Amino acid sequence: MADSYNFSSADYRRKIRFHSIVRFIVCLLLTIISLVPLYIILINATRANSDIIKNGVAFLPEGSLVQNFQNLMDPEYAHGVYHRTFNLWIGYRNSLILAGSCTLLTVFFSAMTAYGLTVYDFKGKKFATTFILLVMMVPTQVVSTGFLEFMATLKLVNNYIPLILPSIAAPSTVFFMLQYMKSSFPLDIVEAARIDGCSEFRTFMQISLPIFKPAFAVQAIFAFVASWNNYYNPSMLLVNGDINMRTMPMMVGGIMGLSTTTDYGVQNLAVLLSILPIVVVYLALSKFIVKGVALGAVKG
Amino acid sequence: MQAATGRKQRMISYAKYGYIFIAPFFIIYAFFMIYPLINTLLLSFKENGSEHPELWVGLQNYQWLLFGEEGNFAANAVQSKFWESLGNTFILWAGNFLVQIVLSLLLAVWFSDARIKIKGTGFFKVVMYLPNIITAASVAGMFMMLFGNSKYGAINSLLLSLEAIIKPIPFVNDVWISRILVMLIQSWMWYGNTMLLLLSGIFGIDPSIYEAAEIDGSSGANTFFRITMPILKPIFIYVFITSMIGGLQMFDIPYLLHEGTTVRPALKTSAVFIYENFHMVDNYGYSAASSMILFALTAILGIVVYRFNSDSTAPKKRKAK
Repeated sequence: MADSYNFSSADYRRKIRFHSIVRFIVCLLLTIISLVPLYIILINATRANSDIIKNGVAFLPEGSLVQNFQNLMDPEYAHGVYHRTFNLWIGYRNSLILAGSCTLLTVFFSAMTAYGLTVYDFKGKKFATTFILLVMMVPTQVVSTGFLEFMATLKLVNNYIPLILPSIAAPSTVFFMLQYMKSSFPLDIVEAARIDGCSEFRTFMQISLPIFKPAFAVQAIFAFVASWNNYYNPSMLLVNGDINMRTMPMMVGGIMGLSTTTDYGVQNLAVLLSILPIVVVYLALSKFIVKGVALGAVKG
Repeated sequence: MQAATGRKQRMISYAKYGYIFIAPFFIIYAFFMIYPLINTLLLSFKENGSEHPELWVGLQNYQWLLFGEEGNFAANAVQSKFWESLGNTFILWAGNFLVQIVLSLLLAVWFSDARIKIKGTGFFKVVMYLPNIITAASVAGMFMMLFGNSKYGAINSLLLSLEAIIKPIPFVNDVWISRILVMLIQSWMWYGNTMLLLLSGIFGIDPSIYEAAEIDGSSGANTFFRITMPILKPIFIYVFITSMIGGLQMFDIPYLLHEGTTVRPALKTSAVFIYENFHMVDNYGYSAASSMILFALTAILGIVVYRFNSDSTAPKKRKAK
């Protein structure tokens, strides 16, 4: 296309080609920068402590992965230091329970709220919409002192309820769904369902929800990742040191907080295992995620 | 006439459902956000420490945090810590934003360039966004493995074996090296995200504008500064402010990036200050007052974003159609 007004000069084409190659190389470099830390962790997870101490960086995997894994899981290893701070299955289980339930609640109730604000006309609707837009930016951290003191009064510290229930109110997800419904939800469907005698809730559950599926998928992924990665809130609320309640990021935090490093291989493996599920999910769904970032993202 | 009133009544009866549908959100929000906010405000007016937790002290906490008090050692100590944490937060955020925005702007312009195509754009986007989804706590762990202070840290051991350095670099213990490290880690995590946001803004620009500019003989740089930047301004400001709000809450990485058991003083951000006052010193008053100061800052920034959001909804809608 460019040729049509540049008289297809060879010079011009050479210039374009040159720029294209330069840009490709810069992108390649950034790709390497993005992946190298992960790669080194991956490689070091397969190396024995003694080898890592001798030389911190290697570019080919070695054979100690199984041994490191056994050491990580062994209650006796390193006087039980790792066993007390990092328990893989409990960490996975807890993070999965929390992230799973938060995702379900966020997606369902955000859709419900956005649906209520789109389909119905009522007094205060405009105020409610504006309110959600306004509070979208307010981070939970700034109210954490009052929140924790309140939860302590209610005897809900060291409990999952204050980590799960608040996800019912997710302003940024509601905002995204509002945008989505405005642009691609046919209100006539609701009217048609009413004429057919369908109740309002059934219309929402059985007719509208399936239409929102694409919007759901993207928001569900982001809600899940955000919840899985959350370190601040769980470490503020779960303070009794009970390993059975800790989430995966808390366990990694625990390993970071150890006063000495006894085994680099085991620690590398622990960090690697903590991010493995989320990386696998990301690679499987990367198409949707990359497309969805600009749609719903307000987190900075 | 009768039909009209009948219809009106029907609409009113449906309005009820509107309230029912939005009720859970607002009940939960009031319970877990608004009341805690009020509670934080109340706590910020109360005495510090465990001696008289119920004693009302008015604005004293704010006064001590912001201005200190002459001759009062405790007040001045907490004041300097508070300002230090705010300063750290700002330094860490600003450095991270600078690196991040330059990179992501460059990439966004490149990826959207119709003339000079880059092979594998889809792949690059996926890889560049990848660091953003990794658990921040694990990212801290990962970089701790790489940039450990001792000669056993991966980078130190590599540099030592290459004989590039004589003794290990204290990456995490040095004030500025550790700060730069945090800035780079934050940029590493966020440049992909920012790039995708800016890219979506650039794709909203009508390509015929670029064609017209090219026909008129506009150079690449000229097109960027005269066309791309002005049109990108709203989304640019949006990215700037959301990043700043995010930066005010920066916690995981500065908090976890240390060897041993104490957080590095040069990396103590405001969020770390609040966390430590709450958990370790039991100074609810200080942590509440500093939370409220952060809240005020966030609110001001949030209002600016809201302004731009409501301004930019009109062209967005047109695009959707």
